[in-house]
Amino acid sequence: MKLTEFNFGDLFDAALAWENLPFILGGISMTLAVSFISMFIGLVFGLILALLRGSKRWFLRWPAGVYISFMRGTPMLVFLFILYFGLPIIGLELSALTAASLGFGLNSAAYIAEINRSSLNSVDQGQWESAKALNLSYWTTLRKIILPQATRIAIPPLTNVFMNLVKSTSLAAVITVPELFQKTQIVVGRTYDAMTMYILVALIYWALCMIIAFIQDRLEVRFSKYV
Amino acid sequence: MSEPIIQFNNIHKSFDGVDVLNGINLHIRPSEKIALIGPSGSGKTTLIRLLMTLEEPTSGTIIVNGENLWHMEKNNKYVLANEKHLQNIRGQIGMVFQHFNLFPHLTALENCMVALMQVQKKSEEKAKLLAAKMLERVGLKNHLTSYPNQLSGGQQQRVAIARALVMKPKVMLFDEVTSALDPELVDEVLQVIRGIAKTGEMAMILVTHEMDFALDIADRVVFLDGGVIAEQGTPKEVIEQSNNTRLQTFLHRFRK
Repeated sequence: MKLTEFNFGDLFDAALAWENLPFILGGISMTLAVSFISMFIGLVFGLILALLRGSKRWFLRWPAGVYISFMRGTPMLVFLFILYFGLPIIGLELSALTAASLGFGLNSAAYIAEINRSSLNSVDQGQWESAKALNLSYWTTLRKIILPQATRIAIPPLTNVFMNLVKSTSLAAVITVPELFQKTQIVVGRTYDAMTMYILVALIYWALCMIIAFIQDRLEVRFSKYV
Repeated sequence: MSEPIIQFNNIHKSFDGVDVLNGINLHIRPSEKIALIGPSGSGKTTLIRLLMTLEEPTSGTIIVNGENLWHMEKNNKYVLANEKHLQNIRGQIGMVFQHFNLFPHLTALENCMVALMQVQKKSEEKAKLLAAKMLERVGLKNHLTSYPNQLSGGQQQRVAIARALVMKPKVMLFDEVTSALDPELVDEVLQVIRGIAKTGEMAMILVTHEMDFALDIADRVVFLDGGVIAEQGTPKEVIEQSNNTRLQTFLHRFRK
């Protein structure tokens, strides 16, 4: 094809895209499910890791450090394969959805832990001191005083993690999770129009991330009312 | 003379090998008002931070209301105090900080309520009532629902005072509470503290550079220099009768 013969229809076949949109969107619930479950696992485990990592006791701090280092230093896809293809060999069979959620969640936890740790540290030390002077316990201080302030600081980087997560769930297609990207691949197999379909799914991911960014703005406004 | 509420016995404190306190002996009676003065770096703030358990002494004992602060008896042996022991004693002490340290995400009222509810397990209504009353006492009746960033420095510090007072401590510690304030806001805070000092039965330790104020409300002035108590006595004794040249130079610099 010479460039002079280029027409937009070859790049993006709008009619075909429209026709297959409902089928591809059928994967959105799975994409969101994996994203949200992973993020939940990541947030809970990431907070625990952050607290362990900030501990004065080496036997709490050290394993958390190793875990974070391992997860940050290995590809998400490799870890996913270990869970889905590796574990059955030692007799632990996970469903594709479980493996994906667990894999992404445990992996994100490492990043979230680092975000949490720096956010917790960025809350002024004087807050801990005045809480102590009021005789608040460590956990009450954390829950009522430190976390609400750290959350505000953590929102932008946590949103990044979540966006990354939403996009990374496309990797789950490789282990047969019927999410957006897998659905797209099916359509490509049927229509042979890889360009149109992959652009289409890219736009869908983009739209999802724009919604997330919008929610981030809202949250930031809500949490900054007192700064 | 009644039993002292606070006893510092031969307190030493060093940070990374640097000695800050070199053997402090100080007994404070209930309701006694102490002004802790001295050049910067003399260890004033460190001394009250030890009492608030924000720092641990290197050696020596602190007795609060008859109980050893940093140690406790267990199986007839003295062991390092656990968190529960510290909490029991800490409840008798309140502190106001130089930089207020209000909780920025809570309103003035909520700042004063949080410990009432979480520590003293008071109901929300009861806590709200007590907190509002205390804020009214420090002149902030109209700012109950303001966030700290909506208040002036002087107002913030008064919230901090109310927040400590509402817990009904037996001892109040003031750590240079006007040092971070604009000059025109100092008086409103001092006024509040004076009010508490005149009516309160609680003991007070004020670390301050407001010399005239200190001399006015203190029962006893303690002059710290180089980590030891270099001079102490009633304001009159300290000003008029002390032969300590360091103290005289120090006072001269601060009194107009």
